[in-house]
Amino acid sequence: MSGVVLKDVVKAFGDVVVIPKLNLQIDEGEFVVIVGPSGCGKSTTLRMIAGLEAVSAGEIFIAGKDVTYAQPKARDIAMVFQSYALYPHMDVAGNMSFALRLARVPRAEIDERVRVAAEMLELTPYLARKPKDLSGGQRQRVAMGRSIVRDAYCFLFDEPLSNLDAKLRATMRTELAILHKKLERTMVYVTHDQIEAMTMADRIVIMKDGIIQQIGSPREVYTAPANLFVAGFIGSPSMNLVDAELTRNEGALSVKGQGFELPVPGRLQERATAATSRDITLGLRPEHFSAADRGNGAFAPIELAVDVAEYIGSSQFLAASVGGKHFTAAVEVGPDASPMESGTYYFDTDRLYLFDRESGQAL
Amino acid sequence: MAEETDIAVPKPRPGGRTLTPYFFVLPAAIVMIAGLMYPVADAFYLSFFDWKIGTKFAKADNVGFDNYIRLLSDPDVRESIWVTFRFGFWTILIEMVIGVSLALLLEKPIRGASIFRTIFILPLMVSPVVVGLIWRYLFDARVGWINYYLGFIGIEPQVWLGDAELAFFAIVFTDIWQWTPFIFIIVIAGLQALPSEVLEASRIDGANWWQQIFLVKLPMIRSILLIALLMRLIDVFRAMEVMYILTGGGPGRATELLSLHIYNRAFDAQLLGYASAISVLLILIVFILSLGILVVGNPMKDKSDI
Repeated sequence: MSGVVLKDVVKAFGDVVVIPKLNLQIDEGEFVVIVGPSGCGKSTTLRMIAGLEAVSAGEIFIAGKDVTYAQPKARDIAMVFQSYALYPHMDVAGNMSFALRLARVPRAEIDERVRVAAEMLELTPYLARKPKDLSGGQRQRVAMGRSIVRDAYCFLFDEPLSNLDAKLRATMRTELAILHKKLERTMVYVTHDQIEAMTMADRIVIMKDGIIQQIGSPREVYTAPANLFVAGFIGSPSMNLVDAELTRNEGALSVKGQGFELPVPGRLQERATAATSRDITLGLRPEHFSAADRGNGAFAPIELAVDVAEYIGSSQFLAASVGGKHFTAAVEVGPDASPMESGTYYFDTDRLYLFDRESGQAL
Repeated sequence: MAEETDIAVPKPRPGGRTLTPYFFVLPAAIVMIAGLMYPVADAFYLSFFDWKIGTKFAKADNVGFDNYIRLLSDPDVRESIWVTFRFGFWTILIEMVIGVSLALLLEKPIRGASIFRTIFILPLMVSPVVVGLIWRYLFDARVGWINYYLGFIGIEPQVWLGDAELAFFAIVFTDIWQWTPFIFIIVIAGLQALPSEVLEASRIDGANWWQQIFLVKLPMIRSILLIALLMRLIDVFRAMEVMYILTGGGPGRATELLSLHIYNRAFDAQLLGYASAISVLLILIVFILSLGILVVGNPMKDKSDI
């Protein structure tokens, strides 16, 4: 049982149960991103893996060893914090070598490992600087360097990119992905940003209220969200979710809401037939709207009353309404199109989602 | 409409505007000049004269640098400086060690820590004169509680304030009793302001309890420690009331700190000019020490570290 395993882990602060019962198996070498809104217990989960927070019940294994009650330093982990958590009184080299110095690694080896990590992160010119003399991105890289030098079994990241500006964040995302390829270490990454999750993860764990909603590859959680929460959380702009009902017209099953009616696609026929009497929530991703019928039989017309068209470049985000309900549509119309107006748009019905409104589960 | 706009936006006054900032600094400047600069300058002026209280200053002899020349070869002054340095060394050393240790122990939110913290800082709130009186009675050779309780463990009554060594011990002990809380408060505030993520990072990096204290916590509050040290150092040279009441500087000059020595010279011996010259020396010593600490430590340098 290698990798990182959480078995029936419970966390309570006093009487408040933050994480009821959590089971998670992370394979060796895997990059797993835990994502969820603030307060969902994702950071607490990470801190329990790190040993910074004690578990209330359950067991944690790292590399096959039971570390449930082990000190952080005995877990063979490295961690990158949101605030970078650099030692302000040490220079970059000192920050990166601190763990090795504590472990009494020979001087020459320390120097070599710091040199390699600094080169990898392009920090070589800054080794003698103090953290306060570095930019946010550089500090972030020092924090990563501190972990790399450790060569730990498992790397933990607690929202490491949230203090960076948008552009730097995108760069660091790529660098992290490359780093993971190079180091081939198990990495657990916590974020509230679903784009970070989608771009970097081998597998995404989506959490809400301390409960795992879905575990799957980025493609799985995007194309087959398990429930309403995942559907609304993954994807940007987020999925349109509207009340609807299933009706049968001359043998064909369709989903009907205020101001629209769309045919139920083949993949959902069977399950939808079984659910005709139940309340349904329909999910339409903005990016599956288009301005023209692409003509494969799956596109169905829908009338959008456009309030605002936001120019993004080759796409436009439409804030629109259908039957009085607010909709967002992202239509690809090329960079030269003039602002889109109200009219008939087409939706790729192969990609619509149906949810049981009461349970929130996908049909 | 146009008139209303005129009222709403006052015209800039080129002359008045430049004076405004000085106006705001004025109260502080007046207090500084009247309360600090003038007395210091006046003491400096006075140090060139031989003057007794009650006589006309106009009749006082201008003795030039005589007071300063006398000062340099005065064994009493030298002894007093020596006592002050010894006093400062022992009090500050022990206060720093105890204050920092207690702050490290009570930093965590243990049950009852806040009550203990409050009790612990009480000595700081007692007026120095009262502190002197309290400890004079506690140390009293005949009726003092200290001798009384020492009697229970078989220690003979000591003449605490009448023996040079014991009296020195008594003033050091009293100072530690009153001023350790000062170090404690400052250090605990600094420790509690440390970012928790850095301390967690050090735990993950493998630092044990001692290593966390000596390699992470204390270096991170280094500037606070230096400021505390500096303030205590200056206090040592100001300290007077407690010794004045506790021992009066005696026996002999065993507990006569420089400030008390100046007081005795000025008002007992009526040597105001000479006392002023010693005061100038005192200011010079404090100035050099402070400057030294600031240059070596520069607490302001690390301001933006965290």
